[in-house]
Amino acid sequence: MNAIDTWVARHRERAATLPGAAVPWLATRRHDAIERFAALGWPTSRLEAWRHTSLAFLEQHELAAPEAAPHPATTLAALRTGFDDGDHWLVFVDGRAEPALSVMAAVPAGVTICALSEALAHRPEAVETAFGTARDAAAPHALNLALCSDGAFVHLARGTALEHPLHLVFIGATGAADTHVRNLIVAEAGSEASIVEHHLGGGATLGTVVTRVQAAQDARVTHVKLQRQDERAIHLAQIEASQARGAHVASHSLSFGARLARNDIHTRFDGEGCEALLNGLYHVDGRRHVDHHTLIEHAHPLGTSREHYRGLVDGNARGVFAGRIIVAQDAQRTDAIQRCDNLLLSKLAEADARPELEIYADDVKCAHGATVGQIDEDALFYLRTRGVDETHARQLLTYAFAAEVIERIAQDSLRRHARATLLARLPGSALLEELL
Amino acid sequence: MLKIDNLHAAVDGKAILNGLNLEVKDGEVHAIMGPNGSGKSTLAQVLAGRDTFQVTGGAVDWDGTDLLALPAEERARAGLFLAFQYPVEIPGVSNAYFLKAAVNAIRRHRGLPEYDAMDFLSRVKAEMKAVGMREEFLYRSVNEGFSGGEKKRNEVLQMALLEPKLAVLDETDSGLDIDALRIVAEGVNRLRSPERSMIVITHYQRLLDYIVPDQVHVLSHGRIVRSGGRELALELEEHGYGWIDAGAKAAPATGATGG
Repeated sequence: MNAIDTWVARHRERAATLPGAAVPWLATRRHDAIERFAALGWPTSRLEAWRHTSLAFLEQHELAAPEAAPHPATTLAALRTGFDDGDHWLVFVDGRAEPALSVMAAVPAGVTICALSEALAHRPEAVETAFGTARDAAAPHALNLALCSDGAFVHLARGTALEHPLHLVFIGATGAADTHVRNLIVAEAGSEASIVEHHLGGGATLGTVVTRVQAAQDARVTHVKLQRQDERAIHLAQIEASQARGAHVASHSLSFGARLARNDIHTRFDGEGCEALLNGLYHVDGRRHVDHHTLIEHAHPLGTSREHYRGLVDGNARGVFAGRIIVAQDAQRTDAIQRCDNLLLSKLAEADARPELEIYADDVKCAHGATVGQIDEDALFYLRTRGVDETHARQLLTYAFAAEVIERIAQDSLRRHARATLLARLPGSALLEELL
Repeated sequence: MLKIDNLHAAVDGKAILNGLNLEVKDGEVHAIMGPNGSGKSTLAQVLAGRDTFQVTGGAVDWDGTDLLALPAEERARAGLFLAFQYPVEIPGVSNAYFLKAAVNAIRRHRGLPEYDAMDFLSRVKAEMKAVGMREEFLYRSVNEGFSGGEKKRNEVLQMALLEPKLAVLDETDSGLDIDALRIVAEGVNRLRSPERSMIVITHYQRLLDYIVPDQVHVLSHGRIVRSGGRELALELEEHGYGWIDAGAKAAPATGATGG
């Protein structure tokens, strides 16, 4: 039996116990999905989109749940400090909702927040459209559909606003070597919410995450993904958004952990005057690997997109960014800026940054650029002539480079949390913190 | 006292300073003038500790310390300050953060208590007022998007906050209009004291109308070829630098006698 068959077998074994097992449309889609996965196999570097991130090694990769892990309640308590009491917390342990740990503050009428398993048990028709299918899905995302054991379902009725952020906390404990979660966010016209995914935990695990966002007319959705699993985890994620006229979607992807993390982020403007912000930061060290693949489809006029990615690449690590912007023939007066800048912190670190613009319209303002470089020697010398020692000056410049991404997170508590998380990862944080 | 003795320096194998001698006593202000490419900025950078320049000979003694043996940050902590000709932009680091990091690094070294946030702010705001900088510059990234004049004021502000023993001003006047020049010069003059020496590097005599030096030196081909009082600057203003080069070639430099 090869490794692909193992996954097919897992689907067969788990199918009856996965949420929505009795829902016909879902059973069909899961079946189609595992077939697609089996037909595609793990992507290899022969595929353009996976050129720098082959998953062929997963054929032979031993997965294992962590031998030991802190109690999820402890992890959660630490995470919640620094956030407002009004925030909402939906907690998942080993890929399943953990209602005992979840803390939901009161939400306005018209806002539904629940576990996907709960929605599938009581109102499967409510998630049918948003759930998506495996058609055109890359192998990891098809596998996700086939095996997803839970996730969040968020529905914001027309004109509703969630004042406080909703945190989706995915904690890997000792119960699973592979987890597959799927989040569905449906924002009706004029609604507004900030949703944060925290991915935590260790072990030689494989996790797939698919988050689907539907932003209707003039809806505003902010999505923050904070991935800081430990260094043996494989993390394969997708964010798939669609935006109706005037909708605003902001995606902040902070990728700090995992042995290998791949994020596919895609948004499509399905109406005029949409706005998207794709903002991201990765910090990789050791032998780790992180890859962001983004696609922004300007399919209609007057859309604005801003994409800013930065990478700190240390040790023998590799950071990959491939960003594509497609401006359709109709998408006149598109305004798009895309940048990816990398700071190499060691001689063996490697960064690949590939920005791509495909423009079919003639009245557009588009700019893109990518850099891979080292710390600015002039800035370093300038700081040293002001009495700051070289080590601290390097730390300060490294932090400052990365912090520009974090400063784009509009919500105060999220920005502070992201800043603290970054600081804790960088050497010299005590000195830096004192000055902030 | 600063004593530069037969200093030679090169960059990428190209000799730039060729036996420079200079003595600056406590409390004195020395102006160094010279044509482009004469080595003025190299001297400033070498004194501040930039390691892209190789010191290939000579010595610099500063109050009994071998200055050239110290890394840049230790020179700064010991009281050397370089006002940059082209102040560096540091995106993402606020001016307030930068100034506080610098001031506290130096205060720590001097055994002084570090400023807390409140004390630091009131001190820095007072100094900003003196150099005509608006408070918003505290919260902007260091020098990012500053005009030429704003950058130079920021240098003078740092000098005031760091209270150096020896300040080297590298073409602080370049790119300034007359009003900015006056403000910057006032800032410098306010800092003149018997304990503080200054080396003012300039291409033009104009700055010396506002900062009156004790001595003027003329640098050519990496050596000081003439030294004198203020009148030397006026002479340069009148005749340009051409005669210096001609003279330097005709007769070997005698070196500076210092103060």
